[in-house]
Amino acid sequence: MTFQPIKFYQTGTFTVGNRLLTPEQRSVQSHLDRSNAINSGHRACQGCGEALGARYAIDAAMEATNSQLIAVNATGCLEVFTTPYPETSWQLPWMHSLFGNAAAVATGVAAAMKVKGRSEVRVVAQGGDGGTTDIGFGCLSGMFERNDDVLYICYDNEAYMNTGVQRSSATPPAARTATTMSVGPEPGNVFGQGKFLPAIAMAHEIPYVATATVADLRDLEAKVKRAMEFRGARYIHILVPCPLGWGTASHDSIRIARLAHETGVFPVFEAEYGVQVSALPIRKQLPVEEYLKPQKRFAHLFGAKPKVEVIARLQARADRNISRYGLLQKEVA
Amino acid sequence: MDKPFAITLDPGSSLANLTGSWRTRKPVYLDRLPPCNNACPAGENIQGWLFHAEAGNYEQAWRTLTENNPLPAIMGRVCYHPCETACNRGQLDDAVGINSVERFLGDEAIKCGWQFDKPATSSGKKVLVVGAGPSGLSAAYHLARMGHKVEIQEAGPMAGGMMRFGIPKYRLPREVLDAEVQRILDLGVTLRLNTKVANIEQSMKEGGFDAAFLAVGAHIGKRTYIPAGDATKILDAVSVLRSMEGEDKPMLGRRVVVYGGGNTAIDVARSVKRMGAEPIIVYRRTRDKAPAHDFEIEEALQEGVMIKWLSTIKQAGEGEITVEKMQLDEKGFPQPTGEFETLAADSVVLALGQDVDLSLLEGVSGLEIKDGTVQVGPNMMTGHDGIFAGGDMVPSERTVTVGVGHGKKAARHIDAWLRGTVYESAPKHEIATFDKLNLWYYSDAPKTVRPMLDIIRRQSSFDEVQGGLDESNALFEARRCLSCGNCFECDNCYGVCPDNAVIKLGPGRRFEFNYDYCKGCGICVSECPCGAIKMVAEDI
Repeated sequence: MTFQPIKFYQTGTFTVGNRLLTPEQRSVQSHLDRSNAINSGHRACQGCGEALGARYAIDAAMEATNSQLIAVNATGCLEVFTTPYPETSWQLPWMHSLFGNAAAVATGVAAAMKVKGRSEVRVVAQGGDGGTTDIGFGCLSGMFERNDDVLYICYDNEAYMNTGVQRSSATPPAARTATTMSVGPEPGNVFGQGKFLPAIAMAHEIPYVATATVADLRDLEAKVKRAMEFRGARYIHILVPCPLGWGTASHDSIRIARLAHETGVFPVFEAEYGVQVSALPIRKQLPVEEYLKPQKRFAHLFGAKPKVEVIARLQARADRNISRYGLLQKEVA
Repeated sequence: MDKPFAITLDPGSSLANLTGSWRTRKPVYLDRLPPCNNACPAGENIQGWLFHAEAGNYEQAWRTLTENNPLPAIMGRVCYHPCETACNRGQLDDAVGINSVERFLGDEAIKCGWQFDKPATSSGKKVLVVGAGPSGLSAAYHLARMGHKVEIQEAGPMAGGMMRFGIPKYRLPREVLDAEVQRILDLGVTLRLNTKVANIEQSMKEGGFDAAFLAVGAHIGKRTYIPAGDATKILDAVSVLRSMEGEDKPMLGRRVVVYGGGNTAIDVARSVKRMGAEPIIVYRRTRDKAPAHDFEIEEALQEGVMIKWLSTIKQAGEGEITVEKMQLDEKGFPQPTGEFETLAADSVVLALGQDVDLSLLEGVSGLEIKDGTVQVGPNMMTGHDGIFAGGDMVPSERTVTVGVGHGKKAARHIDAWLRGTVYESAPKHEIATFDKLNLWYYSDAPKTVRPMLDIIRRQSSFDEVQGGLDESNALFEARRCLSCGNCFECDNCYGVCPDNAVIKLGPGRRFEFNYDYCKGCGICVSECPCGAIKMVAEDI
């Protein structure tokens, strides 16, 4: 496991920083001189998980690359809220082309750097789940298959939030979106469709694949740093709750991500060359209801007559994650 | 026109977009009152000194502690630590061992010879403190640090009051007591022993004192009528405990009956056990109704002290006493049953509570005495201008810690009174209750248990029963503190803000919000581990 445990108690194995730690033991986010990749004044909603996750990831990548980093962005919330022409929040070279071609553009940037002999300049491509799992999937799979030297980061908020909460292939079953309304005999998104892209990335046997959430900063930073130790195609999939699309309170964004991990709904692990090498263990396992209940997109499962069989199916999915990725063990061999 | 192809605007930063205007509620930093601080009768800033101890800065921790209580090594042994009962961590696993860390700091101070800072200025005022017990010593300490000239007049041959003549050595070694008393005297406090104040007004006049603080304690053992033959030896607990300090140990015989169910009864029984006798405590009610602390009862039982619950002494004869069995009525009061039994007893020690010796107050105008105690106002002043009182002689729970608290409070009011002003205590912060914490950020950490002396030595010697922590486990224990309601600079708010609207001010200086960009999402409040941020409505 790349996560380095810190033997302090009150003073924070899990907090962002800690006055009692030596500076090199502290997280990137605790530093006064973090790069603040996305500056203040961006137009993300209150409590946006994606704004937070992107800053966490890019700040860590900036630290790992000594600020020699170029970012390529797919269309999506992240692009729209940071860069309404001619203003931008980005504090690093940043490029946007189309919705579906971020991986291909990044490949081109990496190739250009190679031609120019600037091997110290690293390239990161990023997009939401729509731009990654649906529209940009062909380009991304090509980037993986050619093992281009790009770190692709997907900020997964489980639907097309920018355009008004439409279903994507990353939307979980039973979730209500604008295109999977909570009406009819089987309200919400259907079971048995969609895809889990980290597993597909692993099937490409690229050097590094990892998942993370905004609820565990140290784990997320360790994974970005680890990814930067490889050359070739790398993929990190970060769960970022969306208060608007999920119908959660703006102050709950981190708590919801934590619940996604603690219930097993979202497995947090890392893999190298197609083989899982670690899992972030669940500290205190909770039933999926704890995760579902605070979200209005799942409100139709509760109320006067809770849909126990649907909840049971979602619990079964979480249980399968737990056993498949070894989330209750301390570490996977 | 020097712009590139198809570019019409200069690049700009999103900093031009002041998103703070979206906000309807805003986060504010605050210090909430930790439950430990709230529960401390001596008004210690417990969270405050643990904060320094966590960093291994023990001297600063000790200095923060002694701002309120000059006797940490004593307190770390004899205090019944209501702070630990109130500790939020108790709802998580076990309360933080505040008392054991306090003792560690107190012992460390004695070991390293740390001294109090001398007052910077002198007020030119003289204050008389009557009684060198915890309350008197505490008042003298605070008054001296405020720059007043303090003289303590003590009737007994040594300082310490009930800490010396009431609390047995196995709970409080005398070297510890002596060291902490001496440190207070080193501040320039005069101590006159064997000086009984017979008339307070006269003593004040003769010594030219501007104010007086009375803390003579309560050490006249209460008696009860027991029909007894001439040969029966009946003593009171206070005298027995006092005589333990002298050269001549009390002659109690082999079988000693201790009558009462309070901590004093337990102290007598455990002391007697250590002298080789066989103590039996006789108490008229049940264990759960006894005023003694349960852990003291438990320790006494471990040491072989016998306890007869639900019994009263009817008669004492030569070599034996008659007890009557009692039963509790529906209101919980003991009622006689008419069943008697005989117990062998060479002496009977009455531990039925204590009265105050009020003789020094005779003829003082304006005083109000009620139920044998001196009545004082909220400022600890008696009805007579300039005469203050505290400790066991005023209505209160009679513990060392309460006495120390009274001394501090009285000192503040005496200081204000001497300056012709009124002391106003700062308004209390709202309490940092358990629900204000985000427990996810604290890892599991079980409580460190202090070592106990082995049972044989507990039964045969006055060696200290409870051991202390060493540096490594004291540090661990201090770090179990959740820092309820007070920022401990974990950087969470700074890290979790999606809008970079938290400004980190650097070590020891905490954080502030940048309200130009804070959108009011409240994530910082939810993710603050210790509840040191809250949301308030924005004026729109």
